[in-house]
Amino acid sequence: MTRRFFVVLLLLGLIAIFANLLFNYAMDSELNQTARYYAKHTATDIGAANIVTAIIVTYRGLDTLGEVTVLFLTASIIGLVLARSKNKAQADAQPTQRSNQHKTRPFPSGELLTTGSDLLVPLILLLGAYVFINGHLTPGGGFQGGAILASAALLLLLTNPSRHFSHQLISKVESTSGLIFIVLGILGIFFAGGFLDNRLLPTGTLGSIFSAGIIPVIYSFIGLKVGAEFTSMMINLAETEKKQEKNK
Amino acid sequence: MNNILIGIAILLAISMIGAAVVAIRVKRPAIAILAAGMISLFASILFLFLAAPDVAMTEAAIGSGLTTFLFFFVLGRVRGDEHD
Repeated sequence: MTRRFFVVLLLLGLIAIFANLLFNYAMDSELNQTARYYAKHTATDIGAANIVTAIIVTYRGLDTLGEVTVLFLTASIIGLVLARSKNKAQADAQPTQRSNQHKTRPFPSGELLTTGSDLLVPLILLLGAYVFINGHLTPGGGFQGGAILASAALLLLLTNPSRHFSHQLISKVESTSGLIFIVLGILGIFFAGGFLDNRLLPTGTLGSIFSAGIIPVIYSFIGLKVGAEFTSMMINLAETEKKQEKNK
Repeated sequence: MNNILIGIAILLAISMIGAAVVAIRVKRPAIAILAAGMISLFASILFLFLAAPDVAMTEAAIGSGLTTFLFFFVLGRVRGDEHD
């Protein structure tokens, strides 16, 4: 009874807070100080048509590095935990069963799904690459593009759950792009204004593809890194699932 | 923002709350996962209305796309454990 009372009290409090927010809401007539700075200086200093990208990659580049690190940690922890359960499953299974595991498919996928994914996977990969290469011009960027790349891998997994992905290739792509991201940032200390400064390359004309200094380069590598991380998470999950199905 | 957009936004907000209630109350986990994905999808449309296309893309790709399928993978694993 007291618990229900507290729930009702909590709900009423939340309603009061949100009603207060709603009824006292007034649209700002002008930008605040930080936003005004970004809106005024992005085009001249950074040369990026998309202000959000300029903030994410250059003004707040260090925060983005932290974000990428958090994602990397998540992917590696998932890999670690699932690799342990995978080893256990492998120890239980007979070695002969493991060798013909790739030949037998438990559920053959339909013609529609196979053909559709053959058609769509290259297009989805292309869209992902477009999103992160054009991150400084149009909405989107490395994180969104990477997620789109990973969804192409997801489609491949859905079509053929026992498809074998090269773990080595994925981890190489992941670590190389992370390394290049850091190296580009450190080069900025010596040849430009500071860590992750984008003026390592000329800023170019506003709105063209080769503009905004190294923002497109950095964002492409972030995109590859994020895509590789998401893909490795899903593949790890799918492969553990496979091993367990076989154990039954 | 004109009146039609505000109307759509309110409709989306109400259906998001509805989907959240469904996600909590429903018995079958698959439907709960789909309802949670729907919340993300509607949230991304709301972000688009609020002139934040970057956030909308992130929400649509990660929130409603990848997370939903990740939940399904995990659901498959958990079910496999139950049978053992």
